[in-house]
Amino acid sequence: MKRIGVFVCHCGSNIAGTVDIERVVEAARAMPNVVYVEDNKYTCSEPGQEAIKQAIKEHNLNRVVVAACSPRMHETTFRRAVAGAGLNPYLLEIANIREHCSWVHPDKEGGTPKAIDLVRRAVIKVAGNVPLDRGRIPVTKRALVIGGGIAGIQAALDIADAGHEVVLLEREPSIGGRMAQLDKTFPTLDCSACILTPKMVEAANHPNITLMTYCEVEKVDGFIGNFSVTLRKKARYVDMDTCTGCGICWGKCPGKASSEFEVGLAKRTAIYVPFPQAVPNKPVIDRENCFFFKTGRCKICQRFCPTGAIDFEQEDELVTEEFGAIVVATGFDIMDKDVYGEYGYGQYPDVITSLEFERLVNASGPTEGKVKRPSDGKIPQRVVFIQCVGSRDENKGVPYCSRICCMYTAKHAILVHEKIPGAQTYIFYIDVRAGGKNYEEFYKRAQSEHEAQYIRGRVAKIYPKGDSLVVVGEDTLLGEKVEIEADLVVLATAVLARQDAGEVARTLGISYDGYGFFTEAHAKLAPVETNTAGIFLAGMCQGPKDIPDTVAQASGAAAKVAALLSKEVLETEPLVAQCDEVKCSGCFWCKPICPYKAIEEKEIEERVGRRTVKRKVASVNTGVCKGCGACTVACRTGAMNLLGYTNDQLLSEVEALCL
Amino acid sequence: MSVKESWEPKIIGFCCNWCSYAGADLAGTSRMNYPASIRVIRVPCSGRVNPQFIARAFQLGADGVLVAGCHPGDCHYSTGNYFTRRRMLLLTRFLEYLGVDPDRFEVRWISGSEGQKFADTVREFTERVRALGPSPKKRDAS
Repeated sequence: MKRIGVFVCHCGSNIAGTVDIERVVEAARAMPNVVYVEDNKYTCSEPGQEAIKQAIKEHNLNRVVVAACSPRMHETTFRRAVAGAGLNPYLLEIANIREHCSWVHPDKEGGTPKAIDLVRRAVIKVAGNVPLDRGRIPVTKRALVIGGGIAGIQAALDIADAGHEVVLLEREPSIGGRMAQLDKTFPTLDCSACILTPKMVEAANHPNITLMTYCEVEKVDGFIGNFSVTLRKKARYVDMDTCTGCGICWGKCPGKASSEFEVGLAKRTAIYVPFPQAVPNKPVIDRENCFFFKTGRCKICQRFCPTGAIDFEQEDELVTEEFGAIVVATGFDIMDKDVYGEYGYGQYPDVITSLEFERLVNASGPTEGKVKRPSDGKIPQRVVFIQCVGSRDENKGVPYCSRICCMYTAKHAILVHEKIPGAQTYIFYIDVRAGGKNYEEFYKRAQSEHEAQYIRGRVAKIYPKGDSLVVVGEDTLLGEKVEIEADLVVLATAVLARQDAGEVARTLGISYDGYGFFTEAHAKLAPVETNTAGIFLAGMCQGPKDIPDTVAQASGAAAKVAALLSKEVLETEPLVAQCDEVKCSGCFWCKPICPYKAIEEKEIEERVGRRTVKRKVASVNTGVCKGCGACTVACRTGAMNLLGYTNDQLLSEVEALCL
Repeated sequence: MSVKESWEPKIIGFCCNWCSYAGADLAGTSRMNYPASIRVIRVPCSGRVNPQFIARAFQLGADGVLVAGCHPGDCHYSTGNYFTRRRMLLLTRFLEYLGVDPDRFEVRWISGSEGQKFADTVREFTERVRALGPSPKKRDAS
């Protein structure tokens, strides 16, 4: 005997304002199996939940419908409340009469009948609900952090400090990421290397962290608590155990290539460490530029290596490791140089990007920190900075704000003024966005103490004149054209998602937005989780952000991982597929449609007349099944069903709504 | 006669939990107005929608049916909506055979961030269904 209780929420005036609660309550009383109806001001509040628990006990309810906000909001809350009264939490259904009704239909005439229909749907559905129990799966107490920039390093350190084993994976030869390329950091002007390199070394030396550089993720299988990840260890052609990092090899190497770390402003050898403070400080051979790999002759590095660490026979190696959680911290790219032809990037050597400028002012950079123009090595006296090159530009770039450019340009202006006596800086901007602790003050300081001249407007073009460049733009505040002769022009190019972000997302099974940034589970309330349980996000791969925000998010992701790994077993959702073995014909059409390979073939014995026959039927691995229901539609005999969304229930919902 | 005048279309919507249901929620949180014609049934994935459910809705007199899922490539379950896409294409052709105007059936990809698209979809689809008039099933009954 089903005894259903219906609880209609006013949500203050959020629902009651546009839905006639009294009519809904009256209608609910007449619905099948409904024995109790009540309305509450706020059902989700403590007294509201208490009222549900009390009614369950007093009226001996065995099914509950809550007509309130979206189940995506409070389903868990109400399941807990129902469980608090001793009822199975899955004997609850929610009628979404707020997001899907009261908030979108402004009049009671439209909203009320619809709310009644939605309640009826829930009442009919809940009658078909059965008690379900959560499964329990063991947790592998290890984490994988993908990306060895500041986000990955911070996340790895925090997880390791919580006592869990971490593998920190980096596809470049060294950890450090973008932050290692930077000079000073705003708004404190801390030297980037001074605050980053100690963390890099700490990560390398931490007993709980295993560093895997020059490695990539090849394949990810499994699920929360039980990921099985195949990693590609790219051939370094240098044996990590015997190499001491003495540096003789890269001193002798005749191969030359443009340095990625120096953004093309300097050359590196074919056997190289990306930068002097690299961790691990051991080289790799870049196959494309190595004379031996190109011509079959050279091997100078091998000849001079005192420990015999060079191994030209090395090949990529695939290893599979088990993890309980994954943090994705893959960072960002910068907009391609040649999008803005009118700024002459690539054509005029003295038009550079901000990242190139970082290397120019950096003491460890190609000019040893002296700001020299790339064309003739002259010290520039007039430097023009152009903001929003690609950012906030729907025509040629991306519509979003890159969030870091305003602040690092203020920093650049300060650095120019400090390093070059008498130098003048000009900054073309659209708006100055200095939202952050001490940011506005920093920007004001650039203006007042360091005489940066801010000009509001876009630059139309740049052309050469003698050995300088003329920047033609508009001052929109004065409403006039401005022309500035400059020695050096720096473009604040947009922050972009990694070019291969889509591929990475597909490998991991997480989602990404139209720009390629990975999508968090909830923009406000779940900013480090993804929709795939057990996979978390940190840093720029989720969207543009500065170093403080990146570090904060990385620590947030680490806290989530630590909480997950502190459990011995995880409880799983019981809303999974189930096979009715009697109906199953063993066609296995369900197998290829399952994205999680959760369906296995199982042999059963059956009595047919007087004989016992063996046949194969489908069997669902409930630890792997995520409850998408794809198999249920593929099933030709109707043997496959999805608990919580059974065929009968969905058909009954259709019927309830078509009444 | 009076039936026709007081008639408001009734549309059954199947929304996947991760994208389209969230998109519909967002339309709510953003207080976008759209016709009260739609009644949403929540499914984990658009790939859970058996064509049988849609046929049953039309059989019981629904004026229109909307199936909404994540954008192709964005399925929470990786591939579910690819199957939906093919399956629903076939169903659209099959509807004619069942005596249902395929214009009464709509498949849309609506992400969790596209509250506006959900509202617009309901508005446009409602108008289209309104122009087609009540479901033949209902007309026969009245």
